[in-house]
Amino acid sequence: MANIPENLHYSKDHEWVKVDGDVATIGITDFAQHSLGDVVFVELPSVGDKFAPHEAFGSVESVKAVSEVFTPIAGEVVEVNEGLNDAPEAVNNDPYGAAWMLRVRMDNPGEADAMLNAAEYEEYLSENE
Amino acid sequence: MAELKKTPLNQAHRDLGGKMVDFGGWDMPVQYSAGVIAEHMATREHSGLFDVSHMGEFWVEGDGAIEFVNRLTTNDVAKLIDGQAHYSALTRGDGTVVDDLLVYRFDADKLLLVVNASTTEKDWDWITSHLKDENVTLTNVSADYCQIAVQGKDALSIVQQLTETNLAEIKYYHFTTGRVDDVEAIISRTGYTGEDGFEVYADAKYAEQLWNKLLETGNYGADGGILPCGLAARNTLRLEAAMSLYGHEISDEITPLEANLGWITKLKKGEFIGREALQSQKEAGLKRKLVGFEVTDKGIARDDFDVYINDEKVGYVTSGSPAPFLKKNIGLAFVPVEFANVGQEIKIDVRGRLLAAEIVPTPFYKREK
Repeated sequence: MANIPENLHYSKDHEWVKVDGDVATIGITDFAQHSLGDVVFVELPSVGDKFAPHEAFGSVESVKAVSEVFTPIAGEVVEVNEGLNDAPEAVNNDPYGAAWMLRVRMDNPGEADAMLNAAEYEEYLSENE
Repeated sequence: MAELKKTPLNQAHRDLGGKMVDFGGWDMPVQYSAGVIAEHMATREHSGLFDVSHMGEFWVEGDGAIEFVNRLTTNDVAKLIDGQAHYSALTRGDGTVVDDLLVYRFDADKLLLVVNASTTEKDWDWITSHLKDENVTLTNVSADYCQIAVQGKDALSIVQQLTETNLAEIKYYHFTTGRVDDVEAIISRTGYTGEDGFEVYADAKYAEQLWNKLLETGNYGADGGILPCGLAARNTLRLEAAMSLYGHEISDEITPLEANLGWITKLKKGEFIGREALQSQKEAGLKRKLVGFEVTDKGIARDDFDVYINDEKVGYVTSGSPAPFLKKNIGLAFVPVEFANVGQEIKIDVRGRLLAAEIVPTPFYKREK
């Protein structure tokens, strides 16, 4: 069973968001990393890049395949996790911690509230996967 | 959609946490719970277990067997001795490849052909339709056999515990018949990983018995024990060893000469289907050639990505992947023959970005003997 922490917001594309003031930290869920398999490369945007909601911000590559990752919310990138360059396997080992991908200053801080909560995401997974 | 075909080990794969995918019409594990990197590394450092029962097996029997197979394939069947096998290709009249295969010689009147899973029916049609007046009986026994590969440094000692046949006496690309865990089997010192190892063919009804016994004997679950390996690890292992995969390095649009398979293309052995075309291609000189490359920028080249030299698209990647043992991003690609030199810098179009790569010698990985 996929690990789904209570305090996060979730997208149907399997990203998670943690809100702290007007900054959102974004990563991919335990379910997503499990589906991908061994992650070997993470491509992230640059600080200052701006994204609309549901826009691809980068890609996560496993041995077998490449998957795009999407920002669930609109905003400007204020920080990216450079640590993933050298340790992409963190996406598998610690998807909600060490493998956070980027921090975005949200255009509309209320946007995250429209996302799924943990219970809703769990239900979504059980219905769709 | 037609229902997927299953090997006799389908349930065993599921029980081991196999992530099942459609592979050319077969329901096969792409990886197990350990994951592709762990499976790949286990095979390089200890041992890996592979279900290759989906592959096709045809018996060719009768006093015309050698002559017949020699007429359909590129390698010289007349050179095989009893108990020896070789890698070969079934070619069309234009020199392109119907499939690659192993030819096993049991005796002068009895050969076994082992072909790829997704091409088994096509190969069977091709082979049977090209039988002329040779005294040969063809039998498709693909569904009757299971095939299990044990690969890696520990393969010999694992299989040896289950058989009285002295495995050390079987040379590379030789085989014998014997008993494994008291099951009648063909024991072949072959593989598709770049490691030493064995491929065991037996009656499909013993597949689970052999599979489970090999896992147990290989100490599955213990540190350094055998791991079952899925199709993903099978692909990365063969790519590090620069072995061809049908549909990628060779296909119905590629000749063996272009794919560096001149060593199995015996143009002087006598007539065979495709010989003239291949002879002409050799005399005229190849236009393109398969090369190995290493991506020097950060990024991963994948199958079918375009290759550029001097801002011009000149070729494409046939197989590209991270290489778990080498810890590099590698691949095989077709480039014009004038650029097919070690050290040549190339660019690979990775989703719109041109990443730097360099042509390197193949195989990328070679085991220490």
